[in-house]
Amino acid sequence: MTTTPSTLLNVRDLTKFFGGLGAVRNFDLSLQKGDLSGLIGPNGAGKTTVFNMITGIYVPTAGDITFNDTSVVGLEPFEITRLGIARTFQNIRLFSNLTVLDNVRIAYHPHAGYSLPDGIFRNAKFDSKERELTEQAQDFLAIFGLENLQNEVAKNLPYGQQRRVEIARALACAPRLLLLDEPAAGMNPKEILELMDLIHFIHDRFDLTILLIEHQMRVVMGICRYITVMDFGQVIARGRPKEIQENERVIEAYLGKGAGHAA
Amino acid sequence: MELGFLLGSIVKIVAILGYLYGLLWVLAHPNRWVKYIGVVVAFGVVQLALTNFGGFQILTNFDSGLLFQACAMTMVALGLNLIYGFNGQFSLGQWGFYGIGAYTAADITWRWINGDARGLLVVGIGTILGGVVLIYIGRWLNRLRGVPVLSSFTLYLIGAILAGTVAVIIANAINPLLVPLLGTSSDPGMLNSPVAIQVVFFLAIVFAGIFAAEVSFLFGLPVLTLGSDYFGIATLGFTIVVNVLMINSDTILPFPEMKGGRGMVGIPKLTTWFWAFFFMVAVIIIMRNLIHSSTGRAIISVREDEVAAKAMGIDIAGSKLMAFVVGSFFAGIGGGVYAHFIGFLSPGTFGFLQSFNPLIIIVFGGLGSMTGTIAASFGWIFFLEGLLRVLLSQMGTEAPTWRFVLYPITLLLLMLIRPQGLLGNVEWGFLKTKMITPRGQRLTEKSDAVAGGA
Amino acid sequence: MQQLTGSQQVMPPVMKKKRPPLAWVGQGFFLILAVGVAVILISNLIRQPNLFAQFFISGLQLGFVYAMIALGYTMVYGIVKLINFAHGDVFMVGAFTSYFAVARFGLHQWPLAAFPAIPPGLGVVIGSITVIMLSMVICALLAVTIERVAYKPLRDAPRITALITAIGVSFFLEYFGALNFVYSPRFIPYDRPFEVVAWYIKDGIHLIRPGEAPPDGAITFSNILVIIMIASILVQLFLQFLVRRTKIGIAMRASSYDKPAARLMGINVDSVISFTFAIGAAFAGLGGVLYAIAYSSIWTQLGILPGLKAFVAAVLGGIGSIPGAFVGALIMGQAEAMTMGYISTPMRDAVAFSILIIVLLIRPTGIFGEPEKEKV
Repeated sequence: MTTTPSTLLNVRDLTKFFGGLGAVRNFDLSLQKGDLSGLIGPNGAGKTTVFNMITGIYVPTAGDITFNDTSVVGLEPFEITRLGIARTFQNIRLFSNLTVLDNVRIAYHPHAGYSLPDGIFRNAKFDSKERELTEQAQDFLAIFGLENLQNEVAKNLPYGQQRRVEIARALACAPRLLLLDEPAAGMNPKEILELMDLIHFIHDRFDLTILLIEHQMRVVMGICRYITVMDFGQVIARGRPKEIQENERVIEAYLGKGAGHAA
Repeated sequence: MELGFLLGSIVKIVAILGYLYGLLWVLAHPNRWVKYIGVVVAFGVVQLALTNFGGFQILTNFDSGLLFQACAMTMVALGLNLIYGFNGQFSLGQWGFYGIGAYTAADITWRWINGDARGLLVVGIGTILGGVVLIYIGRWLNRLRGVPVLSSFTLYLIGAILAGTVAVIIANAINPLLVPLLGTSSDPGMLNSPVAIQVVFFLAIVFAGIFAAEVSFLFGLPVLTLGSDYFGIATLGFTIVVNVLMINSDTILPFPEMKGGRGMVGIPKLTTWFWAFFFMVAVIIIMRNLIHSSTGRAIISVREDEVAAKAMGIDIAGSKLMAFVVGSFFAGIGGGVYAHFIGFLSPGTFGFLQSFNPLIIIVFGGLGSMTGTIAASFGWIFFLEGLLRVLLSQMGTEAPTWRFVLYPITLLLLMLIRPQGLLGNVEWGFLKTKMITPRGQRLTEKSDAVAGGA
Repeated sequence: MQQLTGSQQVMPPVMKKKRPPLAWVGQGFFLILAVGVAVILISNLIRQPNLFAQFFISGLQLGFVYAMIALGYTMVYGIVKLINFAHGDVFMVGAFTSYFAVARFGLHQWPLAAFPAIPPGLGVVIGSITVIMLSMVICALLAVTIERVAYKPLRDAPRITALITAIGVSFFLEYFGALNFVYSPRFIPYDRPFEVVAWYIKDGIHLIRPGEAPPDGAITFSNILVIIMIASILVQLFLQFLVRRTKIGIAMRASSYDKPAARLMGINVDSVISFTFAIGAAFAGLGGVLYAIAYSSIWTQLGILPGLKAFVAAVLGGIGSIPGAFVGALIMGQAEAMTMGYISTPMRDAVAFSILIIVLLIRPTGIFGEPEKEKV
């Protein structure tokens, strides 16, 4: 866990207790710029809790998180997002009564480029900036093939498309680090293939660093270059997909004791 | 006779709503000249309708009374819709801010026509100075980071009290210079000329709105951290505390002219059709432009999903406070307009039972629908103050009671039949978001722009 | 699974908490407030202990009445998350029912009329209890009717519509009652089913005979106070027993946690909700009768302020919690009595609500409330 100039996110000794229950303990993680990493583990291993701590929704009990060499522990979630960490949620959290376009445009609020008085008086600055951000939002929607759905109300979309709207919305935050929490959940095999292409595409296009939680092994093994495995709040293995597939502790965690020998 | 009168009123109110709608459409017109000429013509038409042509008047005094009340109620209800309908914060405090606005504006003009400039001076200097102080404290606290909300509240409160004290000192120093120019109520001086009094009236209403907004900032800052129902109860408490202070305005508060529970009389009736409409249209336009800007989208996102909004980089606490302060500003302005129409303020008007009125209006009109709120405000005033009052006028002393027996029954039936409100969250015309048409596949040639923007 | 308990149940590491900047300002502000109130109260207690005790007693009387009303609010809120604004008016109906039973029909005299032989004291007791029972039953029926007609059809609608409906029901009860052929809009002197007996404490407890004034500096109290206290405490104990030990109580708790799950477990949630309304209203009715006996003047808007204060008491104590409602109500009663005694009578509502706002700022979900959590 050494910090090099190319380190984007560095998590050290991250610990979270809920009462006496250790949800995450001594979690370490380091992401280099441009990484595409996976975080896997059985249900309840503490993966989403790690995400919640990185994005500031939970305050860690102990440990430190540095993003771009500045500590983000204790910052409000919106401040962390403005520093350049965006995320999606395991159980989709779209603004369900708003249109797809507005969902994406909301993410522009911190860098909309005009102030409240500009908006109220509708001056030229408002017009140009609003047009600019609308066009950018439409571009993001186009990447995800949602261009013609922009005026649909988000809650009326099918599940797979809602997931994609959520990723588009996260991208509109202009992040440098994107956290995806089970992006493939509830998708059919065809959609999953498309999603994998998309993740590769946005990773390259926007020069992103991506960390994703996923249960679908083919997604994780297919796109991640480096994988961290958690169980009972602790890291039990790290490595390349090949190494993880052969790791006994990982197999044990997923299938139970003894299964490793059987397999 | 009564029925004819009633039908006439219905036709007139519908015509007014149609007219209002047309005016808003004209205001949204892209051509500047259409806009300006349309507005002038629009005001002229109503001015004619209100003019007494030797005993003939299209809109009777009764009609215009309903209209003024509806305008005031529209402002209050739009403010609450911003807080509850768009931002999702269940507030019962709107009526308190309405009362603050009404009493503040009334006190300014009452004192002015009675030869005392301190009302305007104290409120004017106090709100401006207070605003500056609050902004500077806010900046300082922002730099410190992570100051607990109760501490920032205490600091803001101290700042506001200091600003108020300074304003009182300055006002007491300036007042003797102005008193000779004001004259007395029987012999008005230069500053009480018809034009000057209009200016004072305008300032009184604007300052009353700002004052209500600053009070709401101080109150909202700590209280907006509470969960939804707890916030609702705390704001209800605010309304009741304000009401108690009104009842004791001549004993506990140093305002003998407000006459406590007996009610404040002799407020100049300065609200004209022009002013009522001017303020209402201003509020509608501000609200519409706010909602359809980036800030408005941030406010709505807080209602939809706070956690997701946070993750999108939206300052939840700031958004809530912004909506609350702007909503209270509208309520304060509405209160000022109401006070100068009715000429008499009684604490009973701002009591617990009435505090639900704006809530009922916005739920009935549709939470998150400005069109619905405007229509419901007019409809509600018309129904309660017009229809029931006229219909029941033969019933003698029991008429007011019957009014409030029929009113809740109507309310119950409406809620059972249409729980989502008249219009849901649908908007019409001017108040609607501009629909943005999807473009064709332009990704390939626009890709550089995307990368640059992201 | 053993691994889970073994590795996860470890004490959390001790963290050195970073103190946020300027925290002392806010704490100091509240400390000054608290010290100020304490100084005023204690100095008055030392100067005139008897007067203080007198205010304390009137505060107790108010507090125990509020406690009876607050229960209905807190139980209904706990189970359907509805602020039942009509509850205060059910309280008013309880008072009026007993007024009609006593003044018009003389119901409290039935034991003496039917069995002239029984001792008059026992007759009054039985008669009064009959009147109270009648009021409680009428209130319960009224509440169940309101629930079935006005709230049940809206159970799946947004929460705000049910709240508006509750306000509508409240208006209806107040103004319908104010019509001349119902109750009339005036204040009505209330005929008590039994006589008020007052005592004073000075060198022992002495009876105050009619027409006789208690000596200066004596603390007076009446049988109404005793009855209200006993009734209120009994109601608390009964409810604790009901909620903790009986089948219907378990059903109530289950429904308040998770209605769909309770339904799957074979609980008839609708009838549980109706029962909750009925029992809350019955106690409000009891409170209404005792309140009317204590203050001996009634009108149709009688229920608004006590209802509101009782609700505030429930919120103060942590809404949904029965002991919380009790404690909150006692605090509310004392706050009001002390304000009336040492500040001024009109300020009592303002002080009551200010206390609520301050307590919520320090403990956002009330004294006994569970903190709200959201799953991300």
